[in-house]
Parts: sequence; C-alpha cells; structure tokens
Amino acid sequence: MKKLRVLLITILIGLVTSSLAQVTVRVGLGADPDILDPDLGRTLVGRIVFASLCDKLFEITPDLQVVPQLATGYQVSEDGLTLTIRIRQGVVFHDGTPLNAEAVKFNLERSLNLPGSLRRSEIQQISSVEAIDNYTVQLNLSEPFAPLIAQLADRAGMMISPTAAKTLGEQFGANPVCAGPFRFVSRVALDRIVLERFTDYWDAERIKIDRVVFLPIPDASVRLVNLRAGDLDLIEGVATTDLNLVRADPNLELVSSPSLAYQGMTINLANPAPRDHPLATDVRVREALDLSLDRNAINQVVFDGQFLAGNQPHPPTSPWYIADYPMVARDVERSKALLAEAGHTRVAFELMVVNNPVAIRVGEVIQIMAAEAGFDISLRPTEFVTALDLQTQGTYDVFQVGWSGRIDPDGNIHQFHTCEGTFNFTGYCDDIVTQLLNEARTTSDPTERLALYREAALRFLPNRHIIYLYHPQLFFAHTNRLRGFEAYPDGLIRFQGVTLN
Amino acid sequence: MLLFIVQRLLATIPTLLFATLMVFAIQRLLPGDPALALVGEERDPQVIAFIREKYRLDDPLPVQYLAWMWQLLHGNLGESIRTRQPVTQLILEKLPVTVQLAVWSMLVALVIAIPAGVIAAVRKNSLADHLSTFAALSGLSIPNFWLGIMLILLLAVHWQLLPASGYVSLFEDPVESLRRMIMPAFVLGTGLAAVLMRQMRSAMLEVLRQDYVRTAKAKGVRGTVIVVRHAMRNALIPVVTIIGLQMGALLSGAVLTEQVFAIPGFGRMIVDAVFNRDYAVVQGVVLFTATAYIAINFLVDILYALINPKIQVGR
Repeated sequence: MKKLRVLLITILIGLVTSSLAQVTVRVGLGADPDILDPDLGRTLVGRIVFASLCDKLFEITPDLQVVPQLATGYQVSEDGLTLTIRIRQGVVFHDGTPLNAEAVKFNLERSLNLPGSLRRSEIQQISSVEAIDNYTVQLNLSEPFAPLIAQLADRAGMMISPTAAKTLGEQFGANPVCAGPFRFVSRVALDRIVLERFTDYWDAERIKIDRVVFLPIPDASVRLVNLRAGDLDLIEGVATTDLNLVRADPNLELVSSPSLAYQGMTINLANPAPRDHPLATDVRVREALDLSLDRNAINQVVFDGQFLAGNQPHPPTSPWYIADYPMVARDVERSKALLAEAGHTRVAFELMVVNNPVAIRVGEVIQIMAAEAGFDISLRPTEFVTALDLQTQGTYDVFQVGWSGRIDPDGNIHQFHTCEGTFNFTGYCDDIVTQLLNEARTTSDPTERLALYREAALRFLPNRHIIYLYHPQLFFAHTNRLRGFEAYPDGLIRFQGVTLN
Repeated sequence: MLLFIVQRLLATIPTLLFATLMVFAIQRLLPGDPALALVGEERDPQVIAFIREKYRLDDPLPVQYLAWMWQLLHGNLGESIRTRQPVTQLILEKLPVTVQLAVWSMLVALVIAIPAGVIAAVRKNSLADHLSTFAALSGLSIPNFWLGIMLILLLAVHWQLLPASGYVSLFEDPVESLRRMIMPAFVLGTGLAAVLMRQMRSAMLEVLRQDYVRTAKAKGVRGTVIVVRHAMRNALIPVVTIIGLQMGALLSGAVLTEQVFAIPGFGRMIVDAVFNRDYAVVQGVVLFTATAYIAINFLVDILYALINPKIQVGR
C-alpha cells in the first residue's frame, strides 16, 4: 500500500512538473517586425513571425516546391481563368472560428479590398471569389496568372479569423488571430513578441515547443553574443565575419541555406528620359564594366567566399538559371578593347551604394577592379530610403542594389524588365521581352515557362542594364540543445519538428 | 518664491513652441519619401496614394504643422506609420525603461563622481587627484559601445555572471531587472561621471579658496566638516546644473547603449523611426524629451533656490 502511495505521488509530481516545464524558444531577429497583419505587413522579420502565427493556403518545401497547407489541393481550368481550391477540413482559428470556404473568401477579398493592402498588387488578377461549397472556393481571374499559387504560399495566402477581423477592425494588427501552430500572446514594440502553442492546431503532433519569444536585436554581433551567452536559442542573420566563431563554438550549430535573393548593379539607361552617359547609350561600355569584374573575388574578399557568385536573377543552382548564359571570367583586356571600340579611354560614373559597411566594401572592390579596365568610379554611400527615392526619380548613374527574391521566377524578372514594370528604374524597354515575360505568366507548364524565360533572358541579360553579381546565403545559428531546425531559402523559421532540450 | 516659479513656468511656453517648430521642420527636410519607406518592396501606386492621403503627406507644410498642433492640443500624438500603434502608447511603454536606465546611470555617475571630485579637490595634485583625472579622461574617451560589448563578452559570455542584454521591468522581477541594468548603467554612468567629477573638482577648488572656508579652518573646524557642511553645498550648484543637462540627455534615450544592450527605450525607438521616416513617432518622442528637458531644468532652477536662498533670479 505504501509503495502504491509513493508511486502515485511520484506520478502526480511528474505530471505537474512536466506541465509546468514549458519549452520556450527565444529567437533573435535582425529587426523589429512591423504591423502583424498579413495584408499590411512588409518586412521579412514580420514574415518570420507569421510563419509561426499564421498558416497559409499553400506552403513551400526547402527545394521550393509548392505543397498544400490549409488547402488540400487545387485545379486550374484549361483557359487558366479559374482556380479551384479545396480547403482542409477540421481546421479552426485561434479564437475557435472554423476555417471554411466563406472564411477563405473573406480573406482573399480583404487582401484585395482593404485600404492600404500591400497584397492587392500581388493577387490583383483575381476578379472574384466564390464559395462553391463549404470546403471549396473558386477564384475567377481576369487573366491567366501562373504565379498566383506561389503568391498564395506567402502572405496573400495567410488566413486570418474573419470574426476577429470584423471585431477588431484596425486593431487586428495589434492582436492577430490566425490558424498557425502558435497563438499571439503579447507584444512590446522593439522588445519582444510572445507566442504560445495553439492546442487545437490541425498539425499539432509536429509541434513540440510551448512558447516562442521573438526578440528584435538589430546588431548582428550583439545577437550572436546573446546566443553565446545562452540568452537566445536561435538567431537569424549571422554575419559572414562571425561564421568561424560559430563553427568553433562546441555549444552552437550553424545552419545555412541558399537564399532567393540577388545583389547587382542597376544602371540608369533612360529614367526618366534617355541619358547622355556612355554607360546609358552604349551596351559595349556596360559589357566592358561587366567584364572588368571578378565575381568570385568579390565573394572572397567581402564574404569570405560564403556567398554565391551569379550573373542572372536566379542562382546557378536554380532550375530557372539559363544554362546557355554562363558566368564569364574577368577579362580586363577585352574590357579595354570594348571601351576603345566605343570611343573611350576612361569612363567616369558615380556608384550609389547603401550606407552600410558591407555594401560599401562591395562598392570598393568593384571600384578597384573596374579601375584597371578604365572606369573611374566614385562611391556614393546613401541612406537606404533616400537611395530608393533617388532610384525612383532616376537621379543616379549606377546603384548597387538587390532584391529579396520570390519563389516564382516571375517575381524576380517581370517587374524589372518589362517596359511598364513597377521596379523598372532603368528605363529599359524592349517590346519583345515584355511580350515574352507577359506570356510566361499565363501558362502553368514549367517547361513552357522556362523556354519563354530563356528566350527573354537571352535578350535582356546581354543588355546588362542590370549586372547581377552575387546571391547571399542565409545563415542561422542555434544552441545545440535545439534539434530539427531546417533553413529554408525564403529565410523563414519553421518550428514543425523542432525540439529543445 | 511662488512668483519665481510662475515666471519660470511661463518662460517655458515659447521654448516649447519653438521646439515643436524645429522638430517638425527638421523631419520634413529629411530626404526620402515616407510613403515609399512604408510600402517597402510592394510598389502599388494605389497603396502609396492611400498612405499619402491618410497621413496628409501631400498637404502644404504649414497645413501639416497646424494639423499636428491641433491634434497635439487634444492630447493626440498621432500613430506610428509602421505599426499603427498610437504614439502616446509607445511613449508610455518606453518611458519607464528609459527612466530606469537614466536613474541607475545617474546614480552610478554620482556615486563615482562626487567622492572622486571632492577627494581630487581636497588632495589637489596628489596621486589620488591624478588617478581621478586619468579615470575621468578614460571615461570620457572610451566609446560606450565598445565598453558595452567588452563588458558583455567578459561578464556574460566568458564568465556567465550577468545576462547579455535585454530589459525586465523593476516591478516584474526586481532581481532580474537589476542584473540587466548593471552593465548598461555602468557604461553610461562612467561617461557621465567623468564630466561630473571634473566639474565637482573645479567647483570645490573654487569654494575652498573662499574667505569663509579659511575662517572656518582658522576657527579650528575639522576638515571633513568644512568640506561637507560648508564647501560642498556651494560647490554643488554648478554640478547640479550639469546633472540637469545630463538627465535631460539620458531621458532622450541613450542610442548606442540601447542598441548594444537591446534595451527598448527611446533611443532605439527614435533611430528606428528616423530610418523608417515614421514622422509621428519622431515628432512625438522629440517633443516629449524637449518637454522633459525643460521640466528638469525648471526643477534645477528651483533646486538652486533651495540650496542657496540667495539665488532667486528675478527677485
């Protein structure tokens, strides 16, 4: 009898303590997220929080395949104008509201119609949404748009609770209610965002963490120091200069992944009007600039060889990389010859770079290499928002800038190289390229699309109004007590299958 | 005394008005479009137009200024363009953090500076004096972000004595709160102490030369009593002025220290807001700290009158 009592007490204590021993993962972010409303958010760190807070219709795998999440499948009609999506059954939002076709319809309409919605332009091809039955929605498109599914695998496809959206109105962003593995607990601006496990999550068995606390710590060294001191469990954005430190620390693990992003030089050809500068008027001068650069050297000097050199919007490892336009080695002699052919011995221009140490270093390496071929570059470090403004207005010669990258190739090409593209700050306009890129959005067949992108690329790449340079890699570091973390190319942190001892 | 206080209060109003004008004007002079800063990579012209309308970015500047002043008089500081949080709420959230850091830093500074300054003056040109001067100069010269990171590496990473960074409210967990305040307060305090110590020293030297001090010595009053009871009170006056100015500066946020120690105070908020062209936040915070500065200096003036009744300017 006594033994039984002892046993029962032990079990009771075990149950109590195990329920009290909450597993909390503290994540160090590189910036403070903006408003936590999927339709109004614009930051990458905001998307990192959303990955835990708000599930979406579709998800991606580490090799960028689109798979179902809140949706279970979809069908595109022959003419590409109708998209039918089947919705997972048995899913509830954090406030108990069930996920069904009406909820999905509400969400998509909100993304399209909410004043100030940043998602509108991403899914503007949707002209109407119908709830066919309780778990099927039909999206009617104004024109075929293949990248739509990829958009629904990001913020535009995140589902928020209609009940909460209606009740909270403008306050929703301060108290988000979604259907992800964790629910929102609290937030102190610039300090922390606290999430706790959602017990009714549809995929609950894969979540082994009770609480997630996101701590914005903008300085990369401070973030790392916190991780080393044991005050953080996982950090994003490890500086390339700190990688060896992390590798040498037995208590830490480094996880990396190629990213979707690229960095390059955008050359002003005709923004707002055709320019008189040799770089703008003569493609040979741009080719000379391109040939004067050793991309591997840039990677080596600035990034310790940790990033990936590239010459296209997609990295050489991507299925969308055009194989018949490979990277060419540096050729100073040919560069000088091209300049001479174009009638110049030296060409001077201003290279605008964002005012941070890394970008400035890249600018300096470019400056030195190009000088050997005959380019006199003056660097112009400029604060980021100001630089964006200058770029839009066309008050620049060359701007060293990048793009964070999208899953669908359309997102990395279309708006930059079509005549009326919203990110076309070069003034480049080739009607054939525009036509090809528009066509590439209308078909879902990957082979067809690749052929169209190839044809377009073989026209716009040699024009070199954007000289692509390199692709950043993503580096995360975490305590070795954390297991199962996988880095995805989109830079987001997913806790499915992650455990912390 | 009352007249003095009222006069002082009235004098603050034109200063405050001028502060609002300066804050508003300087912000608008910053290059870069806040609408573009807000939308980031999503360049939807509809959204940009919506934002420009919502935050009246296209109104003529005087109209924008008056609109803001009108809101201000109704106690509304606007909302953050980035997170849509009311600025008043943001300020109230960050105020206790900044105040805590300011108070602890000032305490550290005073504990170091006052005794050091007094000793340096009393034992002028001795080893103690030279050491204090050296320490003061070091405190002034060492960049506080460097000192901060060094301390973190040593105390948090290497010896694991203190948490690396972060903030916990004093009311939530006093022990944790203090543990996290030690390093940042020390970093800030040493910088302040340097100036205070030099000021204390020179003020003391000045006072110790006075006739009444010599008289006291001649009367046989003990050294410590002279220093503490007679000399310090008068020497404190210029020091109190500096303390007032430094407190004002601390309340506007210690930008570098807050970045290094990840403390969510005014400093970080302002830096973030400026880079995001979050006009309302910058205006609100700067206006608040201008008011705090004015208030503190007002209190310092009152303090003068208390320390030395002979000082009542305007009498």
